[in-house]
Amino acid sequence: MSELFLLSSQAQPRWLTACDPRVRVLAALLLALVTVSLSQPLVLVIALALVLILSRAVNLGFNTLLKRLLAFESFMLLVLLFIPFSIPGDSILQLGSLTASWQGLERALVIVLRANTVVIGLLSLVGTLEPEVLGHALARLRVPDKLVHLFLLTVRYVSVLLDEYQRLRLAMRARAFVAGSNRHTWRSFGWLIGMLLVRSMHRSQRILAAMKCRGFHGRFYLLDNSVWQTRDSLATGLCVLVLTCLLVLENSL
Amino acid sequence: MIKPLIQLEGISFEYLNHPVFRNVNLQLFSGETLALVGGNGSGKSTLLQLIVGLQPPTSGRIIAFGKERSNESHFRQVRARAGLLFQDSDDQLFCPTVMEDVTFGPLNLGKSEEEALAIAEITLASVGLTDFSGRITHKLSGGEKRLVALATVLAMEPEVLLLDEPTNGLDEQAEKRLVELLESLDQTMVLVSHDRSLIERLATRAVLLQDNTLVDAVMHSHPHHHTHSHLHIHAAKHTSDHEHNDDVPEHADHHLHD
Repeated sequence: MSELFLLSSQAQPRWLTACDPRVRVLAALLLALVTVSLSQPLVLVIALALVLILSRAVNLGFNTLLKRLLAFESFMLLVLLFIPFSIPGDSILQLGSLTASWQGLERALVIVLRANTVVIGLLSLVGTLEPEVLGHALARLRVPDKLVHLFLLTVRYVSVLLDEYQRLRLAMRARAFVAGSNRHTWRSFGWLIGMLLVRSMHRSQRILAAMKCRGFHGRFYLLDNSVWQTRDSLATGLCVLVLTCLLVLENSL
Repeated sequence: MIKPLIQLEGISFEYLNHPVFRNVNLQLFSGETLALVGGNGSGKSTLLQLIVGLQPPTSGRIIAFGKERSNESHFRQVRARAGLLFQDSDDQLFCPTVMEDVTFGPLNLGKSEEEALAIAEITLASVGLTDFSGRITHKLSGGEKRLVALATVLAMEPEVLLLDEPTNGLDEQAEKRLVELLESLDQTMVLVSHDRSLIERLATRAVLLQDNTLVDAVMHSHPHHHTHSHLHIHAAKHTSDHEHNDDVPEHADHHLHD
Protein backbone atom coordinates (compact mmCIF):
# COMPACT_ATOMS: atom_id res chain seq x y z
CA MET A 1 0.00 0.00 0.00
CA SER A 2 2.80 2.42 0.93
CA GLU A 3 4.39 1.52 -2.40
CA LEU A 4 1.42 3.08 -4.14
CA PHE A 5 1.96 6.58 -2.77
CA LEU A 6 5.68 6.35 -2.34
CA LEU A 7 6.74 9.59 -3.95
CA SER A 8 4.36 11.93 -2.23
CA SER A 9 5.20 11.77 1.42
CA GLN A 10 8.92 12.50 1.29
CA ALA A 11 10.17 15.81 2.59
CA GLN A 12 9.99 18.36 -0.16
CA PRO A 13 11.83 21.68 -0.20
CA ARG A 14 9.84 24.73 0.80
CA TRP A 15 10.17 26.56 -2.50
CA LEU A 16 8.51 23.60 -4.17
CA THR A 17 5.56 23.20 -1.81
CA ALA A 18 4.97 26.96 -1.79
CA CYS A 19 4.65 26.86 -5.56
CA ASP A 20 1.18 26.49 -7.11
CA PRO A 21 0.78 22.87 -8.28
CA ARG A 22 -0.35 24.17 -11.65
CA VAL A 23 3.19 25.42 -12.27
CA ARG A 24 4.52 21.90 -11.95
CA VAL A 25 1.89 20.45 -14.27
CA LEU A 26 2.53 23.18 -16.85
CA ALA A 27 6.30 22.83 -16.58
CA ALA A 28 6.06 19.07 -17.05
CA LEU A 29 3.84 19.53 -20.10
CA LEU A 30 6.19 22.08 -21.68
CA LEU A 31 9.21 19.94 -20.88
CA ALA A 32 7.62 16.94 -22.58
CA LEU A 33 6.68 18.98 -25.67
CA VAL A 34 10.14 20.52 -26.03
CA THR A 35 11.97 17.27 -25.36
CA VAL A 36 10.18 15.29 -28.03
CA SER A 37 11.00 18.02 -30.54
CA LEU A 38 14.76 17.79 -29.81
CA SER A 39 16.79 15.43 -31.95
CA GLN A 40 20.46 16.38 -31.37
CA PRO A 41 21.99 13.81 -28.96
CA LEU A 42 24.16 16.50 -27.33
CA VAL A 43 21.18 18.78 -26.54
CA LEU A 44 19.25 15.78 -25.28
CA VAL A 45 22.12 14.85 -22.96
CA ILE A 46 22.02 18.42 -21.59
CA ALA A 47 18.25 18.14 -21.12
CA LEU A 48 18.65 14.81 -19.33
CA ALA A 49 21.33 16.29 -17.08
CA LEU A 50 18.99 19.18 -16.26
CA VAL A 51 16.10 16.91 -15.24
CA LEU A 52 18.47 14.77 -13.16
CA ILE A 53 19.56 17.93 -11.33
CA LEU A 54 15.88 18.80 -10.96
CA SER A 55 15.13 15.38 -9.46
CA ARG A 56 17.86 16.01 -6.86
CA ALA A 57 16.54 19.50 -6.20
CA VAL A 58 13.01 18.24 -5.44
CA ASN A 59 14.45 15.61 -3.06
CA LEU A 60 13.33 12.70 -5.16
CA GLY A 61 15.43 9.86 -3.73
CA PHE A 62 17.69 8.14 -6.22
CA ASN A 63 16.53 4.67 -5.15
CA THR A 64 12.89 5.62 -5.50
CA LEU A 65 13.56 7.04 -8.92
CA LEU A 66 15.41 3.91 -9.98
CA LYS A 67 12.59 1.67 -8.76
CA ARG A 68 10.04 3.71 -10.70
CA LEU A 69 12.21 3.65 -13.82
CA LEU A 70 12.86 -0.08 -13.75
CA ALA A 71 9.79 -1.30 -15.63
CA PHE A 72 10.22 1.45 -18.15
CA GLU A 73 13.94 0.83 -18.75
CA SER A 74 13.31 -2.79 -19.74
CA PHE A 75 11.17 -1.46 -22.55
CA MET A 76 13.93 1.00 -23.45
CA LEU A 77 16.36 -1.92 -23.65
CA LEU A 78 14.17 -3.48 -26.33
CA VAL A 79 14.30 -0.21 -28.26
CA LEU A 80 18.10 -0.16 -28.04
CA LEU A 81 18.25 -3.77 -29.25
CA PHE A 82 15.84 -3.61 -32.14
CA ILE A 83 15.91 -0.10 -33.62
CA PRO A 84 19.55 -0.33 -34.90
CA PHE A 85 18.54 -3.36 -36.97
CA SER A 86 15.46 -1.77 -38.46
CA ILE A 87 17.07 1.36 -39.95
CA PRO A 88 19.29 1.05 -43.02
CA GLY A 89 22.72 2.77 -43.07
CA ASP A 90 26.43 2.15 -42.42
CA SER A 91 26.79 -1.26 -40.85
CA ILE A 92 28.25 -1.87 -37.37
CA LEU A 93 27.31 -5.49 -36.88
CA GLN A 94 26.06 -8.31 -39.07
CA LEU A 95 23.88 -11.09 -37.64
CA GLY A 96 22.89 -13.47 -40.41
CA SER A 97 20.77 -11.44 -42.76
CA LEU A 98 20.25 -8.64 -40.19
CA THR A 99 22.46 -5.54 -40.15
CA ALA A 100 22.72 -3.00 -37.34
CA SER A 101 23.48 0.53 -38.56
CA TRP A 102 25.15 3.58 -37.00
CA GLN A 103 22.16 5.68 -38.01
CA GLY A 104 19.86 3.20 -36.31
CA LEU A 105 21.94 3.28 -33.15
CA GLU A 106 21.82 7.06 -33.10
CA ARG A 107 18.04 7.00 -33.55
CA ALA A 108 17.71 4.48 -30.71
CA LEU A 109 19.89 6.65 -28.46
CA VAL A 110 17.79 9.72 -29.26
CA ILE A 111 14.61 7.83 -28.36
CA VAL A 112 16.08 6.52 -25.10
CA LEU A 113 17.34 9.99 -24.12
CA ARG A 114 14.03 11.67 -24.96
CA ALA A 115 11.96 9.08 -23.13
CA ASN A 116 14.15 9.17 -20.02
CA THR A 117 14.15 12.97 -19.93
CA VAL A 118 10.36 13.11 -20.16
CA VAL A 119 9.77 10.35 -17.60
CA ILE A 120 12.28 11.66 -15.04
CA GLY A 121 10.89 15.16 -15.53
CA LEU A 122 7.33 13.90 -14.97
CA LEU A 123 8.33 11.89 -11.89
CA SER A 124 10.12 14.91 -10.42
CA LEU A 125 7.46 17.50 -11.18
CA VAL A 126 4.13 15.66 -11.19
CA GLY A 127 5.05 12.40 -9.45
CA THR A 128 5.91 14.29 -6.28
CA LEU A 129 2.42 15.85 -6.06
CA GLU A 130 -0.27 14.25 -3.91
CA PRO A 131 -2.71 12.68 -6.39
CA GLU A 132 -5.54 14.75 -4.83
CA VAL A 133 -3.56 17.95 -5.34
CA LEU A 134 -2.82 16.95 -8.92
CA GLY A 135 -6.54 16.39 -9.50
CA HIS A 136 -7.34 19.87 -8.20
CA ALA A 137 -4.57 21.39 -10.31
CA LEU A 138 -5.89 19.67 -13.44
CA ALA A 139 -9.39 20.96 -12.71
CA ARG A 140 -8.04 24.50 -12.37
CA LEU A 141 -6.20 24.09 -15.66
CA ARG A 142 -9.63 23.53 -17.23
CA VAL A 143 -9.16 19.83 -17.89
CA PRO A 144 -12.69 18.46 -18.51
CA ASP A 145 -14.60 17.81 -15.27
CA LYS A 146 -15.41 14.23 -16.14
CA LEU A 147 -11.74 13.33 -16.61
CA VAL A 148 -10.74 15.04 -13.36
CA HIS A 149 -13.42 13.22 -11.36
CA LEU A 150 -12.63 9.92 -13.02
CA PHE A 151 -9.04 10.46 -11.94
CA LEU A 152 -9.97 11.48 -8.39
CA LEU A 153 -12.40 8.59 -7.93
CA THR A 154 -9.74 6.19 -9.21
CA VAL A 155 -7.25 7.58 -6.71
CA ARG A 156 -9.86 7.26 -3.98
CA TYR A 157 -10.81 3.67 -4.68
CA VAL A 158 -7.64 2.08 -6.02
CA SER A 159 -6.50 1.37 -2.46
CA VAL A 160 -9.91 -0.03 -1.50
CA LEU A 161 -9.75 -2.37 -4.50
CA LEU A 162 -6.19 -3.33 -3.68
CA ASP A 163 -7.30 -4.23 -0.14
CA GLU A 164 -10.09 -6.38 -1.54
CA TYR A 165 -7.67 -8.08 -3.91
CA GLN A 166 -5.25 -8.76 -1.07
CA ARG A 167 -8.01 -10.17 1.15
CA LEU A 168 -9.13 -12.55 -1.58
CA ARG A 169 -5.55 -13.53 -2.34
CA LEU A 170 -4.93 -14.18 1.36
CA ALA A 171 -8.07 -16.31 1.53
CA MET A 172 -6.75 -18.34 -1.40
CA ARG A 173 -3.38 -18.80 0.28
CA ALA A 174 -5.08 -19.75 3.53
CA ARG A 175 -6.58 -22.66 1.62
CA ALA A 176 -3.16 -23.76 0.40
CA PHE A 177 -3.36 -22.23 -3.04
CA VAL A 178 0.02 -22.00 -4.75
CA ALA A 179 0.19 -20.40 -8.17
CA GLY A 180 1.63 -22.64 -10.84
CA SER A 181 1.30 -22.92 -14.58
CA ASN A 182 -1.67 -25.20 -14.75
CA ARG A 183 -5.37 -25.10 -15.49
CA HIS A 184 -6.32 -24.91 -11.83
CA THR A 185 -4.21 -21.76 -11.33
CA TRP A 186 -5.59 -19.99 -14.35
CA ARG A 187 -9.14 -20.88 -13.46
CA SER A 188 -8.64 -19.70 -9.87
CA PHE A 189 -7.17 -16.41 -11.04
CA GLY A 190 -10.10 -16.07 -13.42
CA TRP A 191 -12.47 -16.42 -10.48
CA LEU A 192 -10.43 -13.97 -8.46
CA ILE A 193 -10.66 -11.34 -11.19
CA GLY A 194 -14.33 -12.11 -11.77
CA MET A 195 -15.02 -11.74 -8.06
CA LEU A 196 -13.16 -8.43 -7.99
CA LEU A 197 -15.23 -7.15 -10.91
CA VAL A 198 -18.50 -8.21 -9.27
CA ARG A 199 -17.49 -6.63 -5.96
CA SER A 200 -16.38 -3.43 -7.67
CA MET A 201 -19.72 -3.23 -9.43
CA HIS A 202 -21.59 -3.70 -6.17
CA ARG A 203 -19.39 -1.15 -4.49
CA SER A 204 -19.99 1.37 -7.25
CA GLN A 205 -23.73 0.84 -6.80
CA ARG A 206 -23.42 1.45 -3.07
CA ILE A 207 -21.33 4.57 -3.66
CA LEU A 208 -23.95 5.92 -6.04
CA ALA A 209 -26.65 5.16 -3.47
CA ALA A 210 -24.65 7.02 -0.82
CA MET A 211 -24.22 9.95 -3.18
CA LYS A 212 -27.95 10.02 -3.89
CA CYS A 213 -28.58 10.07 -0.15
CA ARG A 214 -26.66 13.30 -0.02
CA GLY A 215 -28.68 14.85 -2.81
CA PHE A 216 -26.33 14.14 -5.74
CA HIS A 217 -27.77 15.44 -8.98
CA GLY A 218 -24.93 15.03 -11.43
CA ARG A 219 -22.57 17.69 -10.17
CA PHE A 220 -19.32 17.30 -8.29
CA TYR A 221 -17.77 20.11 -6.33
CA LEU A 222 -14.12 20.79 -5.77
CA LEU A 223 -12.96 23.18 -3.09
CA ASP A 224 -9.65 24.72 -3.98
CA ASN A 225 -8.47 28.05 -2.71
CA SER A 226 -4.97 28.15 -4.15
CA VAL A 227 -4.19 31.50 -5.73
CA TRP A 228 -1.75 32.07 -8.59
CA GLN A 229 0.97 34.41 -7.37
CA THR A 230 3.80 36.42 -8.90
CA ARG A 231 6.19 33.75 -7.66
CA ASP A 232 4.32 31.20 -9.77
CA SER A 233 4.55 33.37 -12.88
CA LEU A 234 8.29 33.77 -12.28
CA ALA A 235 8.77 30.01 -11.88
CA THR A 236 6.86 29.34 -15.10
CA GLY A 237 8.91 32.04 -16.83
CA LEU A 238 12.13 30.41 -15.69
CA CYS A 239 11.01 27.05 -17.09
CA VAL A 240 10.09 28.65 -20.41
CA LEU A 241 13.49 30.39 -20.54
CA VAL A 242 15.46 27.16 -19.93
CA LEU A 243 13.40 25.26 -22.48
CA THR A 244 13.80 28.04 -25.04
CA CYS A 245 17.58 27.88 -24.55
CA LEU A 246 17.45 24.16 -25.35
CA LEU A 247 15.46 24.85 -28.51
CA VAL A 248 17.89 27.59 -29.60
CA LEU A 249 20.85 25.28 -28.96
CA GLU A 250 19.19 22.54 -30.99
CA ASN A 251 18.70 24.83 -33.98
CA SER A 252 22.18 26.37 -33.85
CA LEU A 253 24.00 23.01 -33.84
CA MET B 1 -52.98 12.00 17.78
CA ILE B 2 -49.31 12.59 17.01
CA LYS B 3 -48.45 11.88 13.42
CA PRO B 4 -45.48 9.63 12.75
CA LEU B 5 -42.49 11.12 10.89
CA ILE B 6 -42.17 8.04 8.77
CA GLN B 7 -44.77 5.39 8.19
CA LEU B 8 -44.56 2.17 6.19
CA GLU B 9 -47.88 0.57 5.24
CA GLY B 10 -48.08 -3.01 4.01
CA ILE B 11 -44.59 -2.95 2.50
CA SER B 12 -43.42 -6.08 0.71
CA PHE B 13 -40.06 -6.56 -0.91
CA GLU B 14 -38.77 -9.28 -3.18
CA TYR B 15 -35.19 -9.85 -4.19
CA LEU B 16 -34.67 -11.97 -7.31
CA ASN B 17 -38.23 -13.35 -6.99
CA HIS B 18 -37.47 -14.39 -3.45
CA PRO B 19 -39.63 -12.64 -0.84
CA VAL B 20 -37.49 -10.86 1.75
CA PHE B 21 -40.36 -9.52 3.81
CA ARG B 22 -44.12 -9.16 3.47
CA ASN B 23 -46.70 -6.79 4.81
CA VAL B 24 -44.37 -4.69 6.94
CA ASN B 25 -45.99 -1.91 8.94
CA LEU B 26 -43.82 0.57 10.80
CA GLN B 27 -44.29 3.93 12.42
CA LEU B 28 -41.45 6.15 13.50
CA PHE B 29 -42.31 8.97 15.87
CA SER B 30 -40.39 12.12 16.56
CA GLY B 31 -37.83 11.85 19.34
CA GLU B 32 -37.60 8.09 19.58
CA THR B 33 -34.68 5.81 18.83
CA LEU B 34 -36.04 2.69 17.26
CA ALA B 35 -33.88 -0.42 17.24
CA LEU B 36 -34.41 -2.64 14.21
CA VAL B 37 -33.17 -6.12 14.91
CA GLY B 38 -33.26 -9.42 13.07
CA GLY B 39 -31.02 -12.15 11.74
CA ASN B 40 -28.57 -11.95 8.88
CA GLY B 41 -30.32 -11.52 5.57
CA SER B 42 -33.63 -10.64 7.19
CA GLY B 43 -33.64 -7.36 5.25
CA LYS B 44 -32.78 -4.78 7.89
CA SER B 45 -30.49 -2.76 5.62
CA THR B 46 -32.97 -3.11 2.79
CA LEU B 47 -35.71 -1.65 4.96
CA LEU B 48 -33.55 1.43 5.65
CA GLN B 49 -32.89 1.79 1.92
CA LEU B 50 -36.61 1.54 1.16
CA ILE B 51 -37.31 4.42 3.53
CA VAL B 52 -35.07 6.76 1.52
CA GLY B 53 -36.14 5.30 -1.83
CA LEU B 54 -32.88 3.65 -2.83
CA GLN B 55 -34.86 0.50 -3.60
CA PRO B 56 -38.50 0.40 -4.64
CA PRO B 57 -40.82 -1.84 -2.60
CA THR B 58 -42.69 -4.55 -4.47
CA SER B 59 -45.90 -3.25 -2.91
CA GLY B 60 -47.06 -0.98 -0.12
CA ARG B 61 -46.98 2.71 0.73
CA ILE B 62 -44.24 4.86 2.21
CA ILE B 63 -45.38 8.01 3.96
CA ALA B 64 -42.56 10.29 5.06
CA PHE B 65 -42.82 13.73 6.64
CA GLY B 66 -46.53 13.93 6.04
CA LYS B 67 -46.64 12.94 2.36
CA GLU B 68 -46.82 9.71 0.43
CA ARG B 69 -43.52 9.16 -1.38
CA SER B 70 -43.42 7.10 -4.52
CA ASN B 71 -41.00 8.53 -7.07
CA GLU B 72 -37.40 9.69 -7.26
CA SER B 73 -38.15 13.41 -6.91
CA HIS B 74 -40.26 12.70 -3.78
CA PHE B 75 -37.44 10.72 -2.27
CA ARG B 76 -34.89 13.45 -2.99
CA GLN B 77 -36.74 15.54 -0.43
CA VAL B 78 -36.86 12.61 1.98
CA ARG B 79 -33.09 12.04 1.71
CA ALA B 80 -32.39 15.59 2.75
CA ARG B 81 -34.40 15.08 5.93
CA ALA B 82 -33.52 11.46 6.73
CA GLY B 83 -29.78 10.80 6.63
CA LEU B 84 -28.57 7.25 6.08
CA LEU B 85 -25.24 6.17 7.58
CA PHE B 86 -23.88 3.28 5.52
CA GLN B 87 -22.34 0.16 6.97
CA ASP B 88 -19.09 0.61 5.06
CA SER B 89 -17.76 4.16 5.28
CA ASP B 90 -15.66 3.63 2.16
CA ASP B 91 -18.94 3.63 0.25
CA GLN B 92 -19.92 6.94 1.72
CA LEU B 93 -16.70 8.92 1.47
CA PHE B 94 -15.78 9.36 -2.15
CA CYS B 95 -14.30 12.87 -2.27
CA PRO B 96 -10.56 13.56 -2.23
CA THR B 97 -10.57 15.52 1.04
CA VAL B 98 -12.66 15.43 4.21
CA MET B 99 -13.83 19.01 3.66
CA GLU B 100 -15.09 18.23 0.17
CA ASP B 101 -16.95 15.20 1.47
CA VAL B 102 -18.66 17.11 4.28
CA THR B 103 -19.63 20.05 2.06
CA PHE B 104 -20.94 17.77 -0.73
CA GLY B 105 -24.39 17.38 0.87
CA PRO B 106 -24.96 21.06 1.75
CA LEU B 107 -23.79 22.15 -1.72
CA ASN B 108 -26.24 19.72 -3.30
CA LEU B 109 -28.98 21.25 -1.16
CA GLY B 110 -28.22 24.58 -2.82
CA LYS B 111 -26.07 26.23 -0.15
CA SER B 112 -23.36 28.63 -1.28
CA GLU B 113 -19.74 27.60 -0.91
CA GLU B 114 -19.23 29.91 2.11
CA GLU B 115 -22.34 28.57 3.85
CA ALA B 116 -21.35 24.98 3.10
CA LEU B 117 -17.84 25.57 4.46
CA ALA B 118 -19.25 27.13 7.62
CA ILE B 119 -21.66 24.21 8.14
CA ALA B 120 -18.86 21.73 7.55
CA GLU B 121 -16.58 23.44 10.08
CA ILE B 122 -19.31 23.34 12.73
CA THR B 123 -20.24 19.75 11.95
CA LEU B 124 -16.64 18.53 12.03
CA ALA B 125 -16.12 20.31 15.33
CA SER B 126 -19.30 18.71 16.72
CA VAL B 127 -17.99 15.21 15.99
CA GLY B 128 -14.60 16.14 17.43
CA LEU B 129 -12.67 16.31 14.17
CA THR B 130 -11.82 20.00 14.10
CA ASP B 131 -8.46 19.69 12.36
CA PHE B 132 -9.54 17.13 9.81
CA SER B 133 -10.81 19.38 7.03
CA GLY B 134 -7.73 19.10 4.83
CA ARG B 135 -7.15 15.40 5.45
CA ILE B 136 -7.31 12.97 2.57
CA THR B 137 -10.24 10.58 3.05
CA HIS B 138 -8.64 7.33 2.00
CA LYS B 139 -5.79 7.80 4.46
CA LEU B 140 -8.08 7.96 7.52
CA SER B 141 -8.39 5.09 10.00
CA GLY B 142 -11.57 3.02 10.18
CA GLY B 143 -12.86 4.90 13.22
CA GLU B 144 -12.09 8.30 11.71
CA LYS B 145 -13.81 7.31 8.47
CA ARG B 146 -16.99 6.38 10.38
CA LEU B 147 -16.99 9.71 12.21
CA VAL B 148 -16.41 11.66 9.00
CA ALA B 149 -19.20 9.66 7.32
CA LEU B 150 -21.48 10.62 10.21
CA ALA B 151 -20.38 14.25 9.77
CA THR B 152 -21.28 14.14 6.07
CA VAL B 153 -24.77 12.99 7.06
CA LEU B 154 -25.15 15.50 9.92
CA ALA B 155 -24.01 18.37 7.67
CA MET B 156 -27.32 18.03 5.82
CA GLU B 157 -29.09 18.78 9.11
CA PRO B 158 -31.44 15.78 8.95
CA GLU B 159 -34.37 15.28 11.32
CA VAL B 160 -34.00 11.51 11.21
CA LEU B 161 -30.85 9.40 11.27
CA LEU B 162 -30.92 5.91 9.80
CA LEU B 163 -27.92 4.05 11.20
CA ASP B 164 -26.89 0.80 9.55
CA GLU B 165 -24.65 -1.10 11.97
CA PRO B 166 -22.90 2.08 13.11
CA THR B 167 -20.36 0.37 15.37
CA ASN B 168 -19.55 -2.46 12.99
CA GLY B 169 -15.83 -3.02 12.57
CA LEU B 170 -14.76 -0.34 15.02
CA ASP B 171 -12.31 -0.92 17.82
CA GLU B 172 -13.30 -0.32 21.43
CA GLN B 173 -12.13 3.28 21.59
CA ALA B 174 -13.63 4.34 18.27
CA GLU B 175 -16.88 2.64 19.28
CA LYS B 176 -16.96 4.45 22.61
CA ARG B 177 -16.42 7.77 20.91
CA LEU B 178 -19.13 7.12 18.32
CA VAL B 179 -21.68 5.88 20.87
CA GLU B 180 -21.12 8.90 23.11
CA LEU B 181 -21.61 11.11 20.10
CA LEU B 182 -24.81 9.34 19.05
CA GLU B 183 -26.15 9.66 22.60
CA SER B 184 -25.62 13.41 22.48
CA LEU B 185 -27.60 13.86 19.26
CA ASP B 186 -31.24 14.83 19.45
CA GLN B 187 -32.32 13.43 16.10
CA THR B 188 -34.94 10.72 15.80
CA MET B 189 -33.09 7.53 14.93
CA VAL B 190 -33.56 4.10 13.46
CA LEU B 191 -30.77 1.85 14.62
CA VAL B 192 -29.88 -1.39 12.91
CA SER B 193 -27.48 -3.34 15.06
CA HIS B 194 -26.57 -6.71 16.48
CA ASP B 195 -24.87 -5.04 19.40
CA ARG B 196 -27.13 -5.48 22.44
CA SER B 197 -25.23 -3.09 24.65
CA LEU B 198 -25.55 -0.41 21.98
CA ILE B 199 -29.29 -1.03 21.69
CA GLU B 200 -29.61 -0.93 25.47
CA ARG B 201 -27.85 2.43 25.61
CA LEU B 202 -29.62 4.15 22.74
CA ALA B 203 -32.93 2.55 21.86
CA THR B 204 -36.29 3.58 23.27
CA ARG B 205 -38.26 0.95 21.35
CA ALA B 206 -37.47 -2.10 19.27
CA VAL B 207 -38.94 -3.93 16.32
CA LEU B 208 -37.91 -7.34 15.08
CA LEU B 209 -37.69 -8.62 11.51
CA GLN B 210 -38.59 -12.25 11.83
CA ASP B 211 -40.19 -14.88 9.60
CA ASN B 212 -40.37 -12.42 6.70
CA THR B 213 -42.28 -9.77 8.58
CA LEU B 214 -41.86 -7.05 11.15
CA VAL B 215 -43.16 -7.47 14.67
CA ASP B 216 -43.01 -5.25 17.73
CA ALA B 217 -40.40 -6.39 20.17
CA VAL B 218 -40.33 -6.05 23.92
CA MET B 219 -37.06 -4.86 25.34
CA HIS B 220 -36.39 -5.61 28.92
CA SER B 221 -33.46 -6.42 31.06
CA HIS B 222 -33.79 -8.60 34.10
CA PRO B 223 -31.17 -9.52 36.61
CA HIS B 224 -29.60 -12.93 36.71
CA HIS B 225 -28.19 -14.00 40.03
CA HIS B 226 -25.35 -16.34 39.43
CA THR B 227 -21.63 -16.25 39.79
CA HIS B 228 -19.49 -16.05 36.76
CA SER B 229 -16.14 -14.73 35.70
CA HIS B 230 -15.65 -11.69 33.53
CA LEU B 231 -13.07 -11.58 30.81
CA HIS B 232 -10.61 -8.78 31.44
CA ILE B 233 -8.11 -7.93 28.74
CA HIS B 234 -5.23 -5.64 29.51
CA ALA B 235 -1.51 -5.41 28.83
CA ALA B 236 0.47 -8.04 30.73
CA LYS B 237 2.63 -5.50 32.55
CA HIS B 238 -0.38 -3.66 33.96
CA THR B 239 -1.66 -6.45 36.21
CA SER B 240 -0.40 -4.85 39.39
CA ASP B 241 -2.17 -1.52 39.12
CA HIS B 242 -5.41 -3.12 38.00
CA GLU B 243 -8.17 -3.46 40.61
CA HIS B 244 -9.80 -6.84 40.56
CA ASN B 245 -13.15 -6.65 42.23
CA ASP B 246 -13.86 -9.90 44.04
CA ASP B 247 -17.52 -9.16 44.66
CA VAL B 248 -19.89 -11.15 42.60
CA PRO B 249 -21.27 -8.73 40.05
CA GLU B 250 -24.92 -8.61 39.26
CA HIS B 251 -25.39 -9.71 35.75
CA ALA B 252 -28.06 -7.92 33.81
CA ASP B 253 -28.49 -9.59 30.51
CA HIS B 254 -30.45 -7.89 27.87
CA HIS B 255 -33.22 -9.69 26.12
CA LEU B 256 -35.17 -8.97 23.01
CA HIS B 257 -38.13 -11.04 22.04
CA ASP B 258 -41.53 -10.58 20.54
